[in-house]
Amino acid sequence: MNMTRRTALALGAGALAVTLLPLSAHAAADDAIATFTGGAEIGEGGLTLTTPEIAENGNTVPVSVDAPGAVAIAVFATGNPTPEVITAKFGPLAAAQSVATRIRLAGTQDVVAVAQMADGSFVRAANTVKVTIGGCGG
Amino acid sequence: MISRRDFLQASVAASAIYGASGIGNWARLAAQQALTQDQLLEFDTMGNVTLIHITDIHAQLKPIWFREPEINLGVGDVNGLPPHVTGQDFLKLFNMTPGTPEAYALTYVDFASLAKGYGKMGGMDRVATVVKSIRAERPDALLLDGGDTWQGSYTAQMTHGQDMVNVLNALNPDAMTAHWEFTLGIDRVTEIIDNHLSFPFLGANIYDAEWDEPAYEPYKIFERGGAKIAVIGQAFPYMPIANPGWMFPGLSFGVREDRMREVVQEVRDAGADAVVVLSHNGFDVDRKLASRVEGIDLILTGHTHDALPEPVKVGKTLLIASGSNGKFVSRVDLDVRDGGVQGVRHKLIPIFSDVITPDAEMTALIDEQRAPYTEALAEELGSTDSLLYRRGNFNGTWDDLICNALIEEREADIALSPGFRWGPSLLPGDKITREDVFNATGMSYPEAYRSEMTGEMLHVIMEDVADNLFNPDPYYQQGGDMVRVGGMGYRIDVTKPQGSRITEMTLLKTGEAIDPAKTYVVSGWASVNEGTEGPAIWDVVESYIKRHGTVSVDPNNSVQVVGA
Repeated sequence: MNMTRRTALALGAGALAVTLLPLSAHAAADDAIATFTGGAEIGEGGLTLTTPEIAENGNTVPVSVDAPGAVAIAVFATGNPTPEVITAKFGPLAAAQSVATRIRLAGTQDVVAVAQMADGSFVRAANTVKVTIGGCGG
Repeated sequence: MISRRDFLQASVAASAIYGASGIGNWARLAAQQALTQDQLLEFDTMGNVTLIHITDIHAQLKPIWFREPEINLGVGDVNGLPPHVTGQDFLKLFNMTPGTPEAYALTYVDFASLAKGYGKMGGMDRVATVVKSIRAERPDALLLDGGDTWQGSYTAQMTHGQDMVNVLNALNPDAMTAHWEFTLGIDRVTEIIDNHLSFPFLGANIYDAEWDEPAYEPYKIFERGGAKIAVIGQAFPYMPIANPGWMFPGLSFGVREDRMREVVQEVRDAGADAVVVLSHNGFDVDRKLASRVEGIDLILTGHTHDALPEPVKVGKTLLIASGSNGKFVSRVDLDVRDGGVQGVRHKLIPIFSDVITPDAEMTALIDEQRAPYTEALAEELGSTDSLLYRRGNFNGTWDDLICNALIEEREADIALSPGFRWGPSLLPGDKITREDVFNATGMSYPEAYRSEMTGEMLHVIMEDVADNLFNPDPYYQQGGDMVRVGGMGYRIDVTKPQGSRITEMTLLKTGEAIDPAKTYVVSGWASVNEGTEGPAIWDVVESYIKRHGTVSVDPNNSVQVVGA
């Protein structure tokens, strides 16, 4: 249980932003993803998105994407006011097609990774990352 | 192979003598008359490897009362599956008779009455007797401690866990993993591991947060009975979320399923014939892990304090649940041959403290740990008219008492007490000593804050905690019970998603609905935030008990649970 007013406020605000703005936030993420893919259809599989189930610190959440054979990888935080997190492009000499970074999450949300493969097709993976007040583990 | 008969041997003998006496006639029945140590320890040694599992001792060196939960809901796929079965349903499921020793040990049914007959349970000197007896039959048995060992009592508080380290060293385990240990602070944990601990401290899922590299030994491979047994440690995954992360900065945890997959492969590649995970994940997290990671023979579960008389099988993996507070020791014999586990025999051994002879050396060592504090421990602060217990998904009477103390002593409208699963029970009529208060409150961030919160903020907090318990995906659960609330009633629908489980929040003193825009004075304890201010919770509770002399806790009807 978290008990100070400050964090409760901060989190309350975060949670509120998420609960009040799901439609617009998701719409913004959908738009951002469409911009990356040029509106192309997106398949599943072929990439691995690794995130914690519950963020230890919502301000710095480790996210990594491994997409063998990709020419580009983009990560989107669908619940953030600005969903675009990173776009990485890989040249033909790149030894591995993977990215790892730490991102800030406004609240519990889906993190989406989209990879563009060498043949121009797109694949995606999504994980829910929970941002919690915490404090009650028995 | 996995037999309820093994466990029921004790009761068969008991019912042969007392079979007709039924419930309610047990108050004067001395446990010794019905049970013997030989019965409790009886085990047909099998195979070539023996594991002994203890977990979640919570620094309980002496025998205690511990009432098992009345409400322990499972959501989603695990609804109605063990360990989410309690009381009469539990007895029925495992074919047990009400009023028997195992019914007393494993359920809340008729607890106060049976407790008087069967006596306290646990005590590390009794545990020592059991361990020695198993080692007499199998000298190289592996003793494994699932963690939550160094926290939870007055002496652990005063010695920063040294009492438990001394006692466990004497018990000589082969490995441990951890949770509350880290709330002693990373410096103290490091000091203990480097200078005091005589056995490995394992945690495959503990990482250096900055470099994202393993920070502790992940596993150890033991040669036993001509076989290689890998023991992989899995610490509590949500350490920096559920407990104060600032006390162990630089460490990152998490379930890390992929890491577990890698480590299992690594130990198999190193020739392990059997793979055992010594886990502090919590039962449902382990159940999911077992369904997704191949190659684990056995998970010794911990954290959620469940005690099950039979293993739960998930695919090819067996899950063992050994209870808490020293109430039980699990013995698991394995027949490991030809690169795999060919057979398993299991017994959950209940530690009836009046039946099992204490090990004299261990008694002396325990007394030595307690000697400097004898007077403080024994001081009677008052007494209780009510059964005091904590365990259960919603309010327990110990927390009702703590909440009442917070409301009165801190002049609050509403009190919040964390949903910890540790904390033994007291029977109606028992004296309440300082030791008892620390058994329910002893930990390293005890400040009882007093602050103002809006109704909306309270709702956000309630929803957040409820999701930690009732998210249908176990990997999103932290394994605590629901936050306990004083001064406020509410309705919870456990089947709803986060944000819509909690409704009808009501301020009890006026009967009015909680107004999202209005501000309320809230007092609570165990904030995970650095710099929280207030008196220690044990001082608040002590002051309340002393002022009242005899405390009684009214039945709590202010939480309405639906969807269970």
